[in-house]
Amino acid sequence: MTDKKTLMIDGKEVEFTDEPNLLEVIRHAGLNVPTFCYRPDLTQFGACRMCVVEVEYPNGRTMINSSCTMPPECGINVKLNTQRVRRIRKTVLELLLANHDKECLTCEKSGSCELQKYSEEYGIKKIRYPEKPIEEYLPIDDSSPSIVRDPNKCILCGACVRACTEFQGHSVLGFANRGSKTVIQPMAGKPLGQVDCVNCGQCAAVCPTGALTIKTCIDDVWSEINNPEKKTVVQIAPSVRVALGEMFGLKPGENTIGKIYAALRRIGFDFIYDTNFGADMTILEEAHEFVERLTKGENLPLFTSCCPAWVKYLEDQHPDMLSHLSTCSSPMSMQSPVMGKLVPEKLGCTRDDISVIAIMPCTAKKFEIIRSEHSRDGHQDTDHVLTTQELGRMIRAAGIDFDKLEPEQPDSPYAEYTGAGTIFGASGGVAEAAVRTAYKYATGEELKDMDIKELRGTTNRSKSVQLDIKGTKVIVRVVSTLKEAEKAIKEIKDGTANFQMLEVMACPGGCINGGGQPLSYDNSNIKCERAQGLYKEDKELAERRSHDNKSLQKLYDEYLECPGSHKAHELLHTTYIDRFQYSYKNMNQ
Amino acid sequence: MSVESPQKIDTSKLDKIMAEYNYDKSNLIAILQKVQEEFKYLPENAMTYIGTKMEGLSPATVYGVATFYAQFSLEPKGKYEMKCCDGTACHVRGSMPVLNAVKARLKLKDGQMTTDDGLFSVETVSCLGACGLAPVVVINGKVYPQMTSDAVKIVLDTILSEGN
Repeated sequence: MTDKKTLMIDGKEVEFTDEPNLLEVIRHAGLNVPTFCYRPDLTQFGACRMCVVEVEYPNGRTMINSSCTMPPECGINVKLNTQRVRRIRKTVLELLLANHDKECLTCEKSGSCELQKYSEEYGIKKIRYPEKPIEEYLPIDDSSPSIVRDPNKCILCGACVRACTEFQGHSVLGFANRGSKTVIQPMAGKPLGQVDCVNCGQCAAVCPTGALTIKTCIDDVWSEINNPEKKTVVQIAPSVRVALGEMFGLKPGENTIGKIYAALRRIGFDFIYDTNFGADMTILEEAHEFVERLTKGENLPLFTSCCPAWVKYLEDQHPDMLSHLSTCSSPMSMQSPVMGKLVPEKLGCTRDDISVIAIMPCTAKKFEIIRSEHSRDGHQDTDHVLTTQELGRMIRAAGIDFDKLEPEQPDSPYAEYTGAGTIFGASGGVAEAAVRTAYKYATGEELKDMDIKELRGTTNRSKSVQLDIKGTKVIVRVVSTLKEAEKAIKEIKDGTANFQMLEVMACPGGCINGGGQPLSYDNSNIKCERAQGLYKEDKELAERRSHDNKSLQKLYDEYLECPGSHKAHELLHTTYIDRFQYSYKNMNQ
Repeated sequence: MSVESPQKIDTSKLDKIMAEYNYDKSNLIAILQKVQEEFKYLPENAMTYIGTKMEGLSPATVYGVATFYAQFSLEPKGKYEMKCCDGTACHVRGSMPVLNAVKARLKLKDGQMTTDDGLFSVETVSCLGACGLAPVVVINGKVYPQMTSDAVKIVLDTILSEGN
C-alpha cells in the first residue's frame, strides 16, 4: 500500500489514518500527553497548552505545538517528553496553581482531579509565582440542586462552556471579562439555580478540576442508613449497572448488577429494588398513552418525559409545547410513590418510617425530586438521589472490595424487570421499549422482531425509524442532546415534522453517559460500550417486553387496575409548568 | 464589574436594531454598539433579550462579548462624560495622579465608573491625539489641557457649583 501514512513518535514509526489531531494519534499508539481542555466529543480548543509536544520536521526545523490542535502530518518526528516540553508543562502547571484554590483535601474532586494528578506526576513542589490573595476569592455558587460551581478552582479550559453550547445548544455558562479578570459564569454572574440551566451535569462531567462538581448528598444518605428508626428503600437505574464497575477497575459496559445489589446490602440499605421495574411501568403507561393519542390524533408527536433535563428545557424554552409531553412520570418518579405507598403498608408502618433513595446516572434527577409535583402528603416521593459516582464513593468508604463481591438478588417484588426496562438507559431504548408494548396494545399481537436496530447507537444523535403497526405507518424519532431536540422542535413549529413520537435524552448517547456517571471524558467509546452492555442484558433476559413483567402485572391486578386508570394517574402521572413566565428572560414581568 | 439591577426596557428598539442586522450573530458587536448608542450603555436586560432572540447566542455569550471589549459600558453614563487620557504622552506627564484626584473628588470606588448620583462617569482612554497638551481631560467634548491634580479638582468644583 502506497497510501499508508506514518509519522514518528519518539523515534518509533506510527501509522495514522483519519485522526483529527496529533493527540489522537498519540493515544492510538498507546501513549499519552497530559491535557485539561481536550475532550474528544467537543471541538478542539487549544486553551490549556498542556499537550504541547516538540515536532521535528524532515528539514530539521523543530517547533513546539499543541498536539490537540495540530493535524497529523507524514514524516514528522514527534517528541513527547523533551526537556523543553516538560519545562513548558511545568510552567503551565505552576501558573495555573498560582491562582488556584489549593485546599485539595476538602475538595469534592480530590482523587479524580486532573490538576492534582498532573501536579503530582510533574513533581510540582514549589510555585514560583505569588499566590492569589484570599480577598480576591470569589464566592462559591451552590444555588443549583445538582451542580456546585467554585470559580476559584476554574482553570478556564472552557470545556464546560463547549459542553453547554455543543451538547445542549444554549450556553448557560459563558466566558466573561477579559485577561486576568476572566471568569466562566452564567449570565451576568447570576447563580446557576436562577438561570435556564437544565441540570444535566455535562459541564461537571467534562471539568478537569473541582470548579464544577456534583452536589452530593452522601452524608444525608449515610444518616438515613444509620438511623435505627428508619427503613431505607433503594432503587437503582438501568445505566448504573454498566458503568459503576469502571470505578473499581472493571471494563466499561460490564453488567455488575448482582454485585451492586450485594454492595447495597453490605452498605446497609434495607430494601433493594430496581428502577428497571419502574421503567417497565413507565412503558405500560406511556404505550397506553401513545396508542390513545394516536387513535384520537391528539397532541402528536408524543414527547417522552423520562429525562428531567429535557422536561425543564421544554418548560423553560417552549412552554407552548408542553401538551406534547407525555404525562407519565419518569421511571424513578413512578417507582418511588409506589414503594412509598406499598412498602409501609406491607411493613405496617407509615411513610415517615421509611426513606426512599434512588441511585441514578443523572444530576438532573436531584432537581426532579424537589419538584412539587413529585411530593405527596408532605413527603418528597424520592428523599435522596445519589449519582453513580456517589455510590462508588460510598462503596469505597464502606471498605467493600467491589470486584470480589458475590452477586446477590434484589428484594421482591419491585425489582423484577424485562429487557425493555433495561435498555431505558441508552438513547433510543425508551422508544424501542415503548414500541414493543404499543404494538401489542394497538394490534393485540406481539411484535416479532423486537430489535429496532435503527434506534440504537450512541454516536448518531438523531435517529429515526418508520414502523408498520398493522397498516398504520408510525415514525419514531430519537434524539440525544438538547441541541438535536431543538432541531426536532423547530421541525414541528415549521410544520415539516413527520414523526409521531419523539424520544429525547439530554446527555449525548443517553443516560449511560449521564452527568452523574463515572468520568469518561477521555474516551468517546465508553458510552458505546455501556450501551452495548444494556443491549446484551436485554438479549439475555427471558422476558423482553414490559407487559410480560409478572410482578408488574400483579401490581396492576392488585392495586393499579390498568394502565391509564384513575389510580395510575394519581400515582404515576405528573403535570408541567410554564417556567418562562418566571424566567429572567421574560421581559414582560 | 458591578451591574445595576435589571429594569424594564423598550424591547421594540432592540428588535429594530437586530432586524437591521438580520438577526445575524456575526453582527453582534455592531448590534451592541447601536444599542449602546441608543441607551448610552448596555442594560443587562437588553443583553438578555438579544441573547434570547438571536439564534446561536445566549445571554451569557452576549454578556461575554460585552465585557470583553472596553468600548462597551455596562453602567449608565453620567450627565458629564469624562475621559481621562492615559496615552503614552499623558501618562509620562502625570495622568495617573490626575485620574486618582478625579476618583477621590467624585468618591468613585475601584471599578466604579459612574458616580452614585449619576452626574459624572469617568473612563480612561488610550490617546486623544492631543499629546502636545498632555495630560488631557475631556468633559462632554470640551478639552481641558495640561491638567494637574489641583487643576482638575478646580474644574470639577466649578461644574458642581454651576447649580447641579
